[in-house]
Amino acid sequence: MDLPQLTENFLQALTAGMLTGAIYGLVCVGLSLIFGVMRVINFAHGDFMMLGMYAAFYAFGALGAVPMFGQWLAPYVSALLAGPAIFLAGLLVHKLLVSRVTGMRAGALASEGHYAQLILTLGIALVLQNGALWLFGSAPVSIQTPLASNAWAVGPLYGERIEVFVNQGQTVAAVIALAVVLAFVALMNRTRLGKALRAAADNAVAATYMGIDVARAHRLAFGLGVGITAIGGGLLASSVSFQPYVGLEYVIVMYAGVVLGGLGSVPGAFLGGLTIGLVQQLSTLFLPNQLQNAAIFIMFLVIVLLRPQGLFGAALRRT
Amino acid sequence: MNSHLRRDTVLIVVFGLVYAALAALVTHSYYQLILTVVPIWATMGLAWNLLSGYSGFVSFGHAAFFGLGAYFVALAQIGWNLSPWLGIPAAGVVGALAGLIVGIPTFRLRGHYFALAMLAYPLALMYVFEWLGYQELALPMRRDAALEFMQFDDHRVYAWLAAALMVVAMLVTMRVERSRFGLSLIAIKEDEAAAEAAGVRTLKWKLLAITASGALAGVAGGLYAVVLLVVTPAAVFGMLVSAQALIVAMFGGAATVWGPVIGALALVPLSELLHARLGDKIPGIQGVVYGLAIIVVILLAPEGVVWKWRAHRRARAVAPAPIPYEEAAAPTLAPPRSALGQGPVIFEARGLSKSFGGLRAVHEVSLEVRQGEILGIIGPNGAGKTTLFNLLNGFVRPDSGNVILDGREMSGSTPAQLCAAGVARTFQVARPFRRMSLLENVIVAAYLRERTDGAARAAAMDALAQVGLAAHAHRLADGLTNKQLRLLEIARALAGRPRILLLDETMAGLTASEVEELMSLIRALAEGGLTVVIIEHTMQAMVRLVDRFVVLDEGAVLTEGDPARVTRDPAVIDAYLGRKWRLANA
Repeated sequence: MDLPQLTENFLQALTAGMLTGAIYGLVCVGLSLIFGVMRVINFAHGDFMMLGMYAAFYAFGALGAVPMFGQWLAPYVSALLAGPAIFLAGLLVHKLLVSRVTGMRAGALASEGHYAQLILTLGIALVLQNGALWLFGSAPVSIQTPLASNAWAVGPLYGERIEVFVNQGQTVAAVIALAVVLAFVALMNRTRLGKALRAAADNAVAATYMGIDVARAHRLAFGLGVGITAIGGGLLASSVSFQPYVGLEYVIVMYAGVVLGGLGSVPGAFLGGLTIGLVQQLSTLFLPNQLQNAAIFIMFLVIVLLRPQGLFGAALRRT
Repeated sequence: MNSHLRRDTVLIVVFGLVYAALAALVTHSYYQLILTVVPIWATMGLAWNLLSGYSGFVSFGHAAFFGLGAYFVALAQIGWNLSPWLGIPAAGVVGALAGLIVGIPTFRLRGHYFALAMLAYPLALMYVFEWLGYQELALPMRRDAALEFMQFDDHRVYAWLAAALMVVAMLVTMRVERSRFGLSLIAIKEDEAAAEAAGVRTLKWKLLAITASGALAGVAGGLYAVVLLVVTPAAVFGMLVSAQALIVAMFGGAATVWGPVIGALALVPLSELLHARLGDKIPGIQGVVYGLAIIVVILLAPEGVVWKWRAHRRARAVAPAPIPYEEAAAPTLAPPRSALGQGPVIFEARGLSKSFGGLRAVHEVSLEVRQGEILGIIGPNGAGKTTLFNLLNGFVRPDSGNVILDGREMSGSTPAQLCAAGVARTFQVARPFRRMSLLENVIVAAYLRERTDGAARAAAMDALAQVGLAAHAHRLADGLTNKQLRLLEIARALAGRPRILLLDETMAGLTASEVEELMSLIRALAEGGLTVVIIEHTMQAMVRLVDRFVVLDEGAVLTEGDPARVTRDPAVIDAYLGRKWRLANA
């Protein structure tokens, strides 16, 4: 392979990485919100994302036929619809299950509390994965949209030899992902709810004294977290095929991004997710496709082992 | 003790034999298979339990060891024609090595991060094995040499082999539980930092635990491959494998010998039968059952069946008559100790500095500790007293400066190494191992100097007697009063037979009479030749206790000298005691 060819491959992977990365960033923001506010590691997060993908898939099935949205708009509308649907599911799961081992009550359990949360969310993950297998079947599906097979060609550059294709479907998805992240940041910074969430994240006890309903803040954070991730899942659903176990692949991807950005930091999570998208796509330049995810796992291990506070997070000290 | 061990060994072996006998009665091949996988999953649960149950480091990645064991047996038979009779034990070695290799980097992590990292290993391996082209590996049929290759026509033999493996895993677990190994792991679970300060080499025990755990999981995986004859990445590296190991142990009761076995006996047949009956209609029923079991266990009985039962039995049992306990008569006040301070310097800080972010907690602190003296370190809140102790006993590495013991540089040593060298400490907020008895709390530390269980036990009893807690030896540390907690920490520190004892605000929160008791104890210890460095707030008591003061303020040494001089120093009075004190005593 000569230099222009290598450059073209590199630029192509870079573009794909940025586009996928933006969606990963969105997905990571949802996970990071839950950790930031509740200090809960949610192992089932990937599976809520899977639910988001299926929610978008079925919404698309219903919407695709509607002329108002048409084939062009329908995939994105359904992705956005997955958000509120999974938000409600998240509220329910939090109220019925997660709230019993988290929040103020878990404080008394000290380290035991953390294990209870970890293991509970593992149980939820198993039920969601296998329940989905029952409901949706094991055959991989995806959202078929005409945009996904269209691309803008950039170039030819550098004496006619380099041409980069930018997938239109992925670009629109990435732009929507970015818009959702910005809307979420505005929600956190501009609204009363955002203030309450940040206060609960900062110091739950102090927030209670200030009259903030921390239990409600936790419930909303959990709902919003899985809802945001579900939108990300819905956006991914038009560029990848998925099955009920897809959450497992993404849970590590997500944690890699969130840990990279510093657990609990929202902007950090977005940048972390973006980085993971880039690493995944760039790894295709020198690794076989099947090892893409293995590469991310190894990168994840290297990050947690060398810099558990993340690239953008401040060092934490614990005795 | 030994009779208990023998009785429980017999009980386990009898249980294994009864299981094998019942398995012999079953002829239906599907039920035979269930009877074979139950002990395999029990062994997996025991493997998980050995690491996560006892040490509290929760692993979501035991499938890594199981899968490597399974693939090793299959690949070794295919590639080298190696019989499973050799392959399965070798799979244990593979699992042990994998455990060690995973443990060395991963034990740098705690809690969430450890669990997450452990999840990544089997998933990464799953992709690697798929990429290597081992999507479905079948063990070659060897009708010609069935016996040599574990290919029995009578499938009950597999159930017997699995039961034997389970018995071995139970016996290993029982041995570990009742040894220094097990006690150290439980101490790590209760409070890792306190264990390290009590001289437990925590990293060593954790690595040993993950190695042994990996070995058991590897063997279980190897046998699983032989029983099922086909190995696929998802079946041996999948999340369900790790989850199943965890849930059988938690359901039955983590950190017990019988818990994982009870869990496997209850859950594995249930999920297998549901899978067989409904699997075609409801794919994934197995995962749903395990998921629900996990949720129900965590919400209703996170401690598991065995612990529930033990609590129930304890509640029903007639409360044992309390050991008559007389408050240890306060040792008569020792006469004021003759001016010491002439002993040689044995422990020394030279120019120690430590900053946290922008905060200079300790800055250029130098001090000398002389043999046999009681040195008091005082200073207002935030003066850096506890940070200084953390630097002296190895919890925190100094940014610059040295810790010197007997002329040897010790900065950079772990707390356990310093403890072994003779420096013990207590904590400002008492850190007992709450769910261990007082005696066990102290035994953990006594192993530092004693080789045998009996000697450690005797040394621990001595240490408890020394502080007046002998009558409470078998109580749990959880229900102690503040004074008793302080005494327990001192006993734990004494059990390692230190030369230098660092006491961090030992008298905080005690009543005046309790303070007197504790002071006599400290004096008695010093009379016995122990060197004591004590951080304290209660100035008044300290004046009557210590031979010499070092006064810290804002992370630096303000002054030092004998009590009479220091309490009259205007700078000390202003910085620490306030002007009022000076005026009142003028």
